Amino acid sequence: MEFVLLIFLPVIFALLVPFAYKKIKGIHTGWFVLVVPLVLFGYYLSFLPLVMDGGHAISEMKWIPSLGIAFTSYIDGLSLLFTLLITGIGSLVVLYSVFYMDREKEDLGSFYVYLLIFMTAMLGVVQSDNTMTLYLFWELTSISSFLLIGFWYTKDKSRFGALKSMMITVFGGLMMLGAFILLSIMGETFSVRELIAQAPDLLNQPYFTLALVLLLLGAFTKSAQFPFYIWLPDAMEAPTPVSAYLHSATMVKAGIYLVARFTPIFGSASTWIWLVTGIGLLTLFWGSFFAVKQTDLKAILAFSTVSQLGLIMSLLGAGAISYHATAAMFGFATYAAIFHLINHAAFKGGLFMIAGIIDHETGTRDIRKLGGLMSVMPISFTVAAIGSLSMAGLPPFSGFLSKEMFLESMVALQHFELFNFDTWGILFPIVAWIASVFTFTYSMYFVLKTFIGQKKFDQLPKQPHEAPIGMLISPMILATIVILVFFIPNVIGKWIIKPAVMAVQPTLYASPSAVDIHVKAWHGFGAAGLWLTIGVVVFGTLLYLTIPKWQPLYRIQPDKLSLNNGYDAMMRGSEKGLNRVSRLYMTGKIRTYLLYMFAFMSVTIIAILFIKDAFVLDMNSFTAITLYGSLNAIVLILSVGFVVFAKSRLAAIIALGGVGYSVALFFVIFKAPDLALTQLVIETVSVALFLLAFKHLPALSTHGETKRNKMVNLIVSLSVGVMVTLVALSSHSQKMIPSISQYYKDTVETEAAGGNIVNVILVDYRGFDTFFEIAVLAIAGIAVLGMIRLRVSRKEPTDENK
Amino acid sequence: MEFILSILIGILFTAAVYLILSRSLLKVILGTGLLSHGAHLLILTMGGLGGTAPPVVIDGVTDFADPLPQALILTAIVISFGVTAVMLVMAYRMYDVHRTDNMNELRGNDEHD
Repeated sequence: MEFVLLIFLPVIFALLVPFAYKKIKGIHTGWFVLVVPLVLFGYYLSFLPLVMDGGHAISEMKWIPSLGIAFTSYIDGLSLLFTLLITGIGSLVVLYSVFYMDREKEDLGSFYVYLLIFMTAMLGVVQSDNTMTLYLFWELTSISSFLLIGFWYTKDKSRFGALKSMMITVFGGLMMLGAFILLSIMGETFSVRELIAQAPDLLNQPYFTLALVLLLLGAFTKSAQFPFYIWLPDAMEAPTPVSAYLHSATMVKAGIYLVARFTPIFGSASTWIWLVTGIGLLTLFWGSFFAVKQTDLKAILAFSTVSQLGLIMSLLGAGAISYHATAAMFGFATYAAIFHLINHAAFKGGLFMIAGIIDHETGTRDIRKLGGLMSVMPISFTVAAIGSLSMAGLPPFSGFLSKEMFLESMVALQHFELFNFDTWGILFPIVAWIASVFTFTYSMYFVLKTFIGQKKFDQLPKQPHEAPIGMLISPMILATIVILVFFIPNVIGKWIIKPAVMAVQPTLYASPSAVDIHVKAWHGFGAAGLWLTIGVVVFGTLLYLTIPKWQPLYRIQPDKLSLNNGYDAMMRGSEKGLNRVSRLYMTGKIRTYLLYMFAFMSVTIIAILFIKDAFVLDMNSFTAITLYGSLNAIVLILSVGFVVFAKSRLAAIIALGGVGYSVALFFVIFKAPDLALTQLVIETVSVALFLLAFKHLPALSTHGETKRNKMVNLIVSLSVGVMVTLVALSSHSQKMIPSISQYYKDTVETEAAGGNIVNVILVDYRGFDTFFEIAVLAIAGIAVLGMIRLRVSRKEPTDENK
Repeated sequence: MEFILSILIGILFTAAVYLILSRSLLKVILGTGLLSHGAHLLILTMGGLGGTAPPVVIDGVTDFADPLPQALILTAIVISFGVTAVMLVMAYRMYDVHRTDNMNELRGNDEHD
């Protein structure tokens, strides 16, 4: 089977969702949608045995073969891991949403359509081998995220958050497209696999570093790295199932995926190692530090997500060092990154769901109003505690294992001797350790402030009680996974992590089993990780206990200096500035616009005539000059002059009539009797019409036109005149294809049985044209009648914005 | 003859564009009238002004004028009349409502920017 088509299964299913929503009122639409991720999860599981042995599967569907663009589904360890996350967490989130989203109040049709679009987009991102379709799906995730954040579009904050995330991630996406184009120029292919195969050659190409930076911009904006993370806290306006799914488990990890996928190409560059590790660590620290400042439960989780993404990013950067140093401790980092990615998806997904439950059952997410919920919500508390302790890095939860591996990797960094790491390397473990302390603090802050402590139920909008069991199933499953993984880390390692590590570093490992890492909870008293973890717990507890004392420190940072303020200023500035620019040339005056058009037209055509040597003057083809013709020309010029310079309306109108009559005379001279007759009639009627209307129009006035205005008008109109003259001369002088006239002359008697060729063309050969011309005239007549007869009552001006 | 007519067409277009760019609405309408005359002559000249007889098939006559431009112009004359009529009436109504024929004042208001 062509499994590439499965990427499109959710979006095809999305077509049916509105019908299910409209027609089947009794059943929550989510139950139907749940089938999709479940089926996909089951199907993709069947790839596990193949991928576990280091194999891969490819399925391709041509899209634009002439440009080398195809939908290619490439499943190896890395893409399978993400695919399982997307479909697995997706199933749990849909199940959760069935209980979270009210069937009566919410527009479930749209909600599930957006969610399914996202599922297709995300599957496309992680499976595409073609960079162009990867980009397509990448932007589609941004768009579906925009729609989901703005789901409650009546709220200002939702719309603001949606736009912000869209601006930042789409900016990153465009940068990434630049990187892909540069890569395709250097490697002459859109295929990621083929690019990886040429990795050593690409390293010395001139655009290599530029492509690297552009690609990282894409990854950093999507994965909310410093300083682009500011969109993620605002994205929390989305319904909680969306936050759990897109903004913690899957979409924000697309950047991680991108970095992991392109490590084989860029990983050996020092810029890559410095940027990915450095920005990752900075984000880790920044996010964990500011998480304690937040008072909204979801905002705490958002900052913690930012910080955890930074952690994974820094591990991927450190993992790339293994291209330079073969020491086992560096190979460790990539393994830890993948491991932590899985753990994070599990515990953070669960925590988001708990935050949603608290919001749902108490009516608030403000941590200052919450407290003592443990007694009424014991199951939620248990799940939250498991998630938080895993996030803090304590045993017996999966987070402990990957967190300790992270600390070990950072300690190992100082032993790396290339690229100035021997001088600056010591900073890495220090920053990592401090960030871990804050991570511990905010984990405690999140769970203890909410569930333990004083009961403040009277401040809550609703009387709190435990959530319905259906809502608890998904977070409970995730909590079980968190504990389970702690006891069987090496099983997960063998089935999922090692194949993924091999996909990230294909040159280092021949098969997944060659990744020689065995995860242990206990390394003995000599291990650095153990002592660092103990330090984290001790200092973290101290910090937590003293939160009221040092939390005011956050106020030192003035609002004006925050990144959010910078973003707002940039948006306002660009809006104002661009508005001003467009006002410069969009004056609202018709004259200005006509000037642009006429000037552009004449300049372009004259330029093309001479650049392309299209101007040809063939004097021999001209007919002889006749006396009547010349006299008539003089009359015509004089009349035109009168029209332009006349001071009174009457003179101008009569002169216009004069122009019309001399044109009619030209028709006589050039053997066109039908035209002459028509022109005479029409001209007479026109003049009569002008005279009728002029009674109602004011006297001619220049309305204060300046000399300069007139000069500009004259120059532009002269250039149009010259242009038309040149076109007339050269189009007469050269006929590229023979005229169809000969056909009419030959067949007018045999085919149409007529003698007057002009008339026969109009009513026979081009009969339909004439028919529609009559229709146009009829419409013009109705318009004239309507404008004269109808009187619209004067209403108050309506403003559509109000 | 084509040469003279080409220049004549150029003059017609120059005058037409000059009038269209002016601020008085009546002049704009006069300008469009000139523009259509210029366009008709342009079509005629591009086709060629040769031929000694009108394009009517009569025994013995072979050298007649090109019928194709004439058919096109015939359509154009009628349509341009329709355009002029609509514009005139529109100007009349516009002046009736707004009491001005200054194009610069007829640019909407800031409310609808």
